[in-house]
Amino acid sequence: MKAIAARIAQALGLVLAVIVLNFFLIQIAPGDAATAIAGEQSASDAEIIEEIRAQYGLDKPLLTQLGIYIGNVARGDLGNSIWFNEPVTDLLMERIWPTVLLSAAALGFALILGVTVGTLAARKPDSLVSHSITVLALVGFAMPAFWTGLLLLILVGVNFDFFPVSGFHDLDFEGNWFESWLDIGQHLILPALTLGIIYLAQYSRLSRASMLEVLESDYVRTARAKGLSERSVIFKHGLRNGIIPVVTILGLQFGAVLSGAILVESVFAWPGLGRLAFEAVGRRDTPVLLGVLLLVSVSVIVANLLTDLVYRLIDPRIRVSGGTNG
Amino acid sequence: MNRWRYLFAVLVALGLVAAACGGSDDDGAETSADGDSDTEVSADAEDSEDEATDEAPDDEGDAEDAAAPGDITPGGTITFAFSAGIRHLNGTVQSGYATAVPGTQVNASPLLFDEQYQPQPYLAESWDVSDDGLTVTLNLRENAVFHDGEPITSEDVAFSILTSQANHPFKPMFEPVQDVDASDPLTVVITLSKPHPAILMAMSPGLLPIIPQHIFDDGQDIQTHPRNGGDDFVGSGPFQVVEYDAAEIIRLEKFDDFFIEGQPYLDEIIIDIVADPNTLVLGVDNGDYDMATLPNTNVEQFQGDDRFTVEAKGHEAIGQIDWLFLNTRSEALSTVEARQAISLAIDQQAWRDIVELGYNQANVTGIQNASPFYNKDAPNFDERDVDRAMELLDSVGLGDGFELDMPATAGKSLQTAEFVKQNLEDIGVTVNIRQLPDFPTWAAEIAGGTYDMTWTQVWNWGDPVIGVHRSYNCDNRIDPPGVIWSNNSWYCNEDVDALLDQAGSTFDNDERQDFYFQASELINEDAPLVYLGKPDWYQVRKTRVQNPPTGVWGFMSPWHEVWLSE
Repeated sequence: MKAIAARIAQALGLVLAVIVLNFFLIQIAPGDAATAIAGEQSASDAEIIEEIRAQYGLDKPLLTQLGIYIGNVARGDLGNSIWFNEPVTDLLMERIWPTVLLSAAALGFALILGVTVGTLAARKPDSLVSHSITVLALVGFAMPAFWTGLLLLILVGVNFDFFPVSGFHDLDFEGNWFESWLDIGQHLILPALTLGIIYLAQYSRLSRASMLEVLESDYVRTARAKGLSERSVIFKHGLRNGIIPVVTILGLQFGAVLSGAILVESVFAWPGLGRLAFEAVGRRDTPVLLGVLLLVSVSVIVANLLTDLVYRLIDPRIRVSGGTNG
Repeated sequence: MNRWRYLFAVLVALGLVAAACGGSDDDGAETSADGDSDTEVSADAEDSEDEATDEAPDDEGDAEDAAAPGDITPGGTITFAFSAGIRHLNGTVQSGYATAVPGTQVNASPLLFDEQYQPQPYLAESWDVSDDGLTVTLNLRENAVFHDGEPITSEDVAFSILTSQANHPFKPMFEPVQDVDASDPLTVVITLSKPHPAILMAMSPGLLPIIPQHIFDDGQDIQTHPRNGGDDFVGSGPFQVVEYDAAEIIRLEKFDDFFIEGQPYLDEIIIDIVADPNTLVLGVDNGDYDMATLPNTNVEQFQGDDRFTVEAKGHEAIGQIDWLFLNTRSEALSTVEARQAISLAIDQQAWRDIVELGYNQANVTGIQNASPFYNKDAPNFDERDVDRAMELLDSVGLGDGFELDMPATAGKSLQTAEFVKQNLEDIGVTVNIRQLPDFPTWAAEIAGGTYDMTWTQVWNWGDPVIGVHRSYNCDNRIDPPGVIWSNNSWYCNEDVDALLDQAGSTFDNDERQDFYFQASELINEDAPLVYLGKPDWYQVRKTRVQNPPTGVWGFMSPWHEVWLSE
């Protein structure tokens, strides 16, 4: 309990550091939201651009802007989007669920399939299946998400018309909640596959390596000597230990998944945080960008905390020793 | 073990169910089956529109001319793929294509414009300009109401004009407006400080939406007013907002009490925001959308597809022109000779053929070539002549060559920079391309004047007073940090200023033409810009879309007369 409290305190300090760092990183980029808005408007009026700067406090000294921002965040106010003139919190709330859905589907797909094929490969490491899995994993890992996405779009979206090519829902969708979920699921498959393929490669490689090690260990040998079935040895004794590195990586990769989602959401017009962040960069919509970064930072920290907890559940040694990290 | 197996099975089952549900729901096959006949109807509609412009305008616009009333099938939903980022729908405080396309569906303006740039009735059923050009009177329709049922009166029109005058980035639109009288509920009398011919074009759908005073005149800052967008937006146009997510989708429904009886024909417009151009094109190809603007790189792909009509007609008033800004404050480009030499050394036709794949026309002035004020004979330096360019450089002591800094962003900007770099090598000029990550970075550099040369595209916005003068007026050279698309060449010629001022102060089109012709000649001699061309603006639409928005404002005009043949 004490260890978790220490981690939470550490996390709060980290969040503050992230806010300050992100704030200054964004300021380094030339141009501001007023420039972006002027561009969108074909504007040529200096007075109006100055008004926009004044409206959003962009004319104040940087440290003043930072102080105001931190104060507002402490009160739970992430400010208003300069582009949309809507509270950032509302925008984040609208878009977080599509991203969570996409990330969870991608990770779920990658985890289940990756661990399964990794384990299968570990059973017979020199077989054709094992080598094929290794090669395929490397190909999947090497292909950039936007490229995989476009290929999938063209192949199964356009040429075979199996799946919709963009969006979250059919534009003319009408139906009950069940049909609505089916429709969302249909739209989810291609982006989740695109995002998941990268992690599928990693998880299959990692679980293969981990299982190879585990299957050579004494307790597995003992289990086999006891006459347990191979299935029981692998899935009950081997996998339980072999999966620990995968779970660790899963937690650490949560932030990376969201980064990957930026490209995937843009390619598939998926209405999530990634796309919101991507567009906010081009618009210099600092409050939105800071909001997304803050949310992602907090999510990563929470994911890591949860990983620690799951880790403890999986590996009793950690509970006993009271360690906080594997 | 069982749990793992169960999870895996569920995932696979879900995938299969989704795949099974993914059957074709587009109507591509159907449209292609009778595509020919649809195309004929479409062509008829366009011809009729052309004829209509030669006749006296009628109150109901051109729809009845476009197709016999019996041919029109009211109803249906049109889906539109839109790549622009919408901020909101209030065009009195925000210009730009992204606001105007949805904005013109939900807001009405006093006037429409036909294909000869002549005003046509819309919310104003008639109008009058006094002989001295100092008074413009609008006579409004009696039956017009906002989406909340409140009547549209002269006070709303006056409020909209004054709001635009105070807030819109295109200051020249209503700058000379001294007073707007709304004492009669159906008559608006606009008093001008000088004759201001651009005021009529400034009352186009995309430039002057009529917004409800009872909503917006509540003491809140109109720039950030919460009702500028949203599901509760109250407009005056043919469609009303039913779903609003500016980043994703805008769903509009027919407004039953629209002031033109029987219109709009469509029941619904769905504007889907698709930022990625590749995804947009794939979506169109997949049959997900009825209409879209097409990147020129994909025109050929759709031209041979009988499911679609691909057309470059429309958007002429927007008048986008590709040019190179030459920074006249840069030491190397401070002389007229050096700038003329740069223009002569660039093979502009080859640029249009290679970078623009031929989907771009010669446009030798800053006024777009479909405008009556376009001077096609203005002396220009658009024919490549390397020898002459070298002579000019020698005459100002630059014959040994020099370097130019050329900031560029990705895409056409960078392609143009590469093209120009190769061309200018022939006259000993080294172009140092500086690739910048995005628009705000580029805009900050150009507005701040820290560049020698750069590609951009500038829009005319209907009347030269609105979109052309800004690039040349001496007093529009704005000190750093500056403003993008002001006079970013830092060019100044007082004779040009005087001519532009005269052209912008008379309603006589012949006189205006003469002034603009003279100004174009002077500007071209001074060569502050290299005019590369005017890109074609392609729209792709399913063949079922009839009477499409192909007028001078293109998609930035109301779609109240659009209908679907199936």
